[in-house]
Amino acid sequence: MTVDSMESETIENLVSHDPLMVADREFSSRLIVGTGKYASHEQTVAAVRASGAEMVTVAVRRVDLDATKSESLLHHLDPSEFFLLPNTAGCFTADEAIRYARLGREAGLSSWVKLEVIGDQETLLPDTEALLEATRILVGEGFTVLPYTNDDLITALRLEQAGAAAVMPLASPIGSGLGLLNPVNIRILKARLSVPVIVDAGVGTASDACLTMEQGVDGILMNTALAAAERPVLMAGAMREAVRAGRAAWLAGRMPVREWAVPSSPSTGMLD
Amino acid sequence: MRIEVNGSGREFPAGGSVRRLLTELGLDPRMVVVERNREIIRREELDDVLVADGDRYEIVQFVGGG
Repeated sequence: MTVDSMESETIENLVSHDPLMVADREFSSRLIVGTGKYASHEQTVAAVRASGAEMVTVAVRRVDLDATKSESLLHHLDPSEFFLLPNTAGCFTADEAIRYARLGREAGLSSWVKLEVIGDQETLLPDTEALLEATRILVGEGFTVLPYTNDDLITALRLEQAGAAAVMPLASPIGSGLGLLNPVNIRILKARLSVPVIVDAGVGTASDACLTMEQGVDGILMNTALAAAERPVLMAGAMREAVRAGRAAWLAGRMPVREWAVPSSPSTGMLD
Repeated sequence: MRIEVNGSGREFPAGGSVRRLLTELGLDPRMVVVERNREIIRREELDDVLVADGDRYEIVQFVGGG
């Protein structure tokens, strides 16, 4: 490697111009953030900006007709600045998720959906059978489907086969902050899938995000890790750095792990 | 006429369009999506679709979510 090419081995050069590709779209950041649970719209926007995310998830809910302050998030997040990805969070059947996906599309921003079909109230783990069914139907309707799933390879392969544009396995349960519980499964998914693997849910702090990206996945989606931090905007900045560092470390190729010490300094040339 | 909007009953005069319903509710049509009896009404249809007695509406918007 020449000195010139070594000098170009910077995060600035290699990670800042290493977009996340999903379907036919390029995203400048590999970090995708949610917008739930923030103290205010202002805090949401500040955290989203600090995260550097381009893709941002939103939920579809009834307008509160009695509330004086029931405002669409569209008043605060400009769709020309951020790519807003509607989710189907809170849906427990394929039919319900499909209904929410169609409503989200009708808002007129895109035909993309972050598909969630929850199978259990307490763990919020996905109902993978209903998820597959909803994926097939929505892909048939022309949606770009990003399904939230568990870290099971067989389900992930079936989702890919059903036409999912990316597969989004959990690191650990939604909102748990437990971090990446099974890096081996995530690596297996990444090795076997052709579509992007975006880890969704469970990341708690910056080291979790970094470790997740070090597995070679294409991106991470998180919400609670930012919104439930004591200082969400600062945590958003930390996550931005962590995702970039983890990506860079993956590209750099880590050293092999050894059980025993190997000296870093020469063992020759020692004094008598 | 009696209709239901987001789970609550309300009166609405006969002959009014869905756009008029939104106006009456103080909602900006560009910020919401309307479902009438489980069928989505496209924005360009808001003037043409008339509210009928017994209609059930769901009016949704984007809110914070993960």
